Amino acid sequence: MPSFKVFEIAGSGLSAQSVRLNTVASNLANADSVSGDPATVYKARHPVFQAVHAAVGAAAAQSQQGGAAVRVSGIVESNAAPTVRNDPGNPLADAEGNVYAPNVNVIEEMTDMISASRAYQNDVEVMSTAKDLMLATLKLGS
Amino acid sequence: MPLNLDAYLGVHQDALKLYAQRTSVLANNIANADTPNYKAQDIDFRAVLAGTAGAGTNALPLATTNGAHVAGAGAATAAAGGGLKYRVPLAPSLDGNTVDPQLEQAAFADNTVRYQAALSFLSGKFRDLMTAITGQS
Repeated sequence: MPSFKVFEIAGSGLSAQSVRLNTVASNLANADSVSGDPATVYKARHPVFQAVHAAVGAAAAQSQQGGAAVRVSGIVESNAAPTVRNDPGNPLADAEGNVYAPNVNVIEEMTDMISASRAYQNDVEVMSTAKDLMLATLKLGS
Repeated sequence: MPLNLDAYLGVHQDALKLYAQRTSVLANNIANADTPNYKAQDIDFRAVLAGTAGAGTNALPLATTNGAHVAGAGAATAAAGGGLKYRVPLAPSLDGNTVDPQLEQAAFADNTVRYQAALSFLSGKFRDLMTAITGQS
């Protein structure tokens, strides 16, 4: 039944956005986790979203459904260079007295968080509207 | 002469099905608002409904899940009439996504109100029938 697809689609949106919120939380929590080795320092993570197509080609045209839902196809690590900070007093500092801070851009993460939060709210709104419509449909004729 | 329920309910039942489909399509656009290279879609409502009306009674296409299934009367018109179409974006973003969240929200609200209108039309039709069956009591 096509109407129940709405819940599936909005639900996939919710889970994708919450993965995004999770990565933002992880990035912000680790924004200050310095390391003495540029290879092991925490790197900012970002999810990659992908549209899921229920059916392709002729089948999609016939079912009139087209794409359905979104999924997280993977989480990639940013390959921007870590920030080098000279801090000889830090116990993690390397031979030259440098520590390496993660390549997390806090401002970018905060805007990403707001965007994810708004998208999540949109999906919740869609779901709740669809629920109201379906309940109204069940009461049809009474 | 027996009552033809399909004819009695008129265009509203087809419209209701289409609004339900459009709800899914718009929900999909909203869910993919941040997906790179996703292209926003919408149902060409007028074309599809005209296709179903032109073909006669109840002409939304039958779902053919198997190659051996026979296409229903309305299948050809609805598929050719274009059902799903891509939106022409006002300002596509750099990642190739053409979803405009405000536009989708407006379309979703519009679709919701129309769905409710179609529901209340149908409800009225059923109430009329009940009145005719039970008499004025």
